[in-house]
Amino acid sequence: MIDFELSANDKRVLEAVRREALVARKYARHYDENEHEFPPQELAEAKELPNPLALLGERTEEDAGMAVLTTLIAMGQSWGDYCVRVRRQRGGLGNSALQATGTPEQKAKWGHLTLAMAITEPGCGSDPSRLQTTAVLDGDEWVLNGEKIFVTTGCRADGVVVWATIDKSAGRAGIKSFLVEKGTPGFIVTHKEKKLGIRADDTAAIVFQDCRIPRGNLLGGDETVPRGSSGDFRGAMKTFNMTRPTVAALGLGIAEAALDFTREALQQAGIEVRYGPGLPSQSALAEKFLRLEALHEAAVLSVLRAAWLADQGRPNNLEASVCKAKAGAAVREITQGCIEILGPMGISREHLLEKWFRDCRITDIYEGTGEIQRLIIARTLLGYGRDELK
Amino acid sequence: MISFAPTEEQTTAQQTMREFATRAMRPIARACDEASAVPDSFLEEAWALGIAAAQIPEAYGGFGGPRSPVTNAMVLEELGYGDAALAAAAAASSAFAYAVLDQGTEEQKKRYLPLFCGRGYAAAALACSEPWPAADAFRPRTTAIRRGNAFVLSGAKCAVPLGDRARHFLVVAQSADGLDAFFVARDAPGLKISAPEKNLGLRGLPTTRLELEDVEVSPGDRLGGPARADVARLLNHCRVGIAAILTGLARAVLDYCIPYAKERVAFGEPIARKQSIAFRLADMHIEVECCRWLVWKAASQLERGADATRAAHFARAYAAEKSLWVADHGVQVLGGHGYIREHPVEMWFRNARTLGVLEGMVAV
Repeated sequence: MIDFELSANDKRVLEAVRREALVARKYARHYDENEHEFPPQELAEAKELPNPLALLGERTEEDAGMAVLTTLIAMGQSWGDYCVRVRRQRGGLGNSALQATGTPEQKAKWGHLTLAMAITEPGCGSDPSRLQTTAVLDGDEWVLNGEKIFVTTGCRADGVVVWATIDKSAGRAGIKSFLVEKGTPGFIVTHKEKKLGIRADDTAAIVFQDCRIPRGNLLGGDETVPRGSSGDFRGAMKTFNMTRPTVAALGLGIAEAALDFTREALQQAGIEVRYGPGLPSQSALAEKFLRLEALHEAAVLSVLRAAWLADQGRPNNLEASVCKAKAGAAVREITQGCIEILGPMGISREHLLEKWFRDCRITDIYEGTGEIQRLIIARTLLGYGRDELK
Repeated sequence: MISFAPTEEQTTAQQTMREFATRAMRPIARACDEASAVPDSFLEEAWALGIAAAQIPEAYGGFGGPRSPVTNAMVLEELGYGDAALAAAAAASSAFAYAVLDQGTEEQKKRYLPLFCGRGYAAAALACSEPWPAADAFRPRTTAIRRGNAFVLSGAKCAVPLGDRARHFLVVAQSADGLDAFFVARDAPGLKISAPEKNLGLRGLPTTRLELEDVEVSPGDRLGGPARADVARLLNHCRVGIAAILTGLARAVLDYCIPYAKERVAFGEPIARKQSIAFRLADMHIEVECCRWLVWKAASQLERGADATRAAHFARAYAAEKSLWVADHGVQVLGGHGYIREHPVEMWFRNARTLGVLEGMVAV
């Protein structure tokens, strides 16, 4: 049955997330202004609150699937603050890759670590098949050489999942994922990026210099390079089918915070936003606000759609890109629009709106830019391969 | 729970209507637009599918299916995919029927519902849009003033679907109690029905203007009787219905553009291989999806009996904006051909602009 009502269980979880988010909100400005001072894993104040994840114990048929709930939790957390999310659940993009491509033994061995993901290089971002980092087998060890940038949580993570090629002549088929634990000689964090937003999230540049890792650190364990196919690459890209809805949700949580702030400010200024009367009866500002709210709702539903398909075990490659592209564009328009509605109040660092405008701008860039998502969507719609639509 | 899974019944209804749209609507849509007329044979065929009777209880002569705004939203998307004008024509009477079914008194149900369960198409319509700038269906200028025991209606309505043949109208008006709706018979003294209006789009759907000059109706003609009806809720059902048709319209544009862009060659390759076209198609797809989920959400809230004002507003406002955007870019993808009446895209563009500003044509 088509339905969009949260179950009582789900509501309890999300209410607990909201209580933590309100704590995170208090520290949002501090960690924005003090860029490289990491927020603690758990804020002391939040420790007193019930752990939302502990409420997940008994799921019933009435409850949302875990992928749907994961996106809703992400949205609820970033509503508080994208960076100062209370990190009850450890893990980064590398953990998703481990779950998507690791062997059962590898998942058991490293599942408890926080893992970052190193894909982008100075010379390639959206087209990882061109990457230059190499892995060469030497006895029972892989030797990694290359440079990676834009590694989210690269400094704090316990390890990094690295994409490297074992055969440059094979193109995408030669690309494999390797797990490198922190402290491995030759794994050097060279610097932390200074960013427009999400400043408290560390973004590292990493150099691998004759970095030797055990042979068993190749995720999935397949050392062969198939000819005439993409090999593991397609599997590795599947990592994004769940992470894209989640990062879309993170952006939308920020945008929701901006909308809530703007609605309240409008109310205080005596401008009521009403949903009953038609647009012609609204003030220009209220009408603009309603448009942004509808846009937010549309993007949220596209995220839920992609996550729901994942819960059903159905393919969601197209929908993951749809929601990422939609959310990426929506959060830009929403936060920019809220600033326009509030004017000088919107740009003042006394309030968080200007920060949300900066923070959510990453949504349309990381984990595949909006352009890349459109490329994926268009290829699917048109039935085109990579060579037919570049 | 959060679920995008239609029931088996809904999937069947969707498939039936999809087939009907391709077989019975697409082939005649252009001719209806050019002639500004809808053939009776089409209305009869749509009627036979049970568009109105399906959800009317057997006690009134209907098929007795469950009352489901979600099913109706899915049906209207498919009809809108066929043709928006014909969709509105096929579904106009059911909007009237649902209003009676959901909010009428027992006497009103007995009086009106059997009309929609007979063999031939029984035309009846909601009268919600008004012919002035910045008109707002939720704040009509048409008034209902008490005179003794009766109500006197004054004002004007426009874009009333099938106004050329409807036997009954449900007119939304402002009374001393607030927003109300009144049954007005075609032959009511003081009711003037114009010749069919000439509109930008939806030309296949005959619409008329109603002038109400001291039209007297009895208290029993107020929807819901003395207990009144929640007319805002009725209008929400309409908003979602319009949004559903617009979703289908947008999907039609996209489906037309895809094969065109793959066939049309420029500079040695299909234009679909250029990012400027391919990305536009991707954005069109994104918006079609978003429109649909907004429609489903609002419809499911209506189905639950919850207050769906916010969701219905979002669905309606978003679908109006984005279906027009999709149709506008559809014209652009086809270039010169988008401007030529040999292709349906210019018609869909006009239809999107037209339906997007109207109220109360159809309902879920």
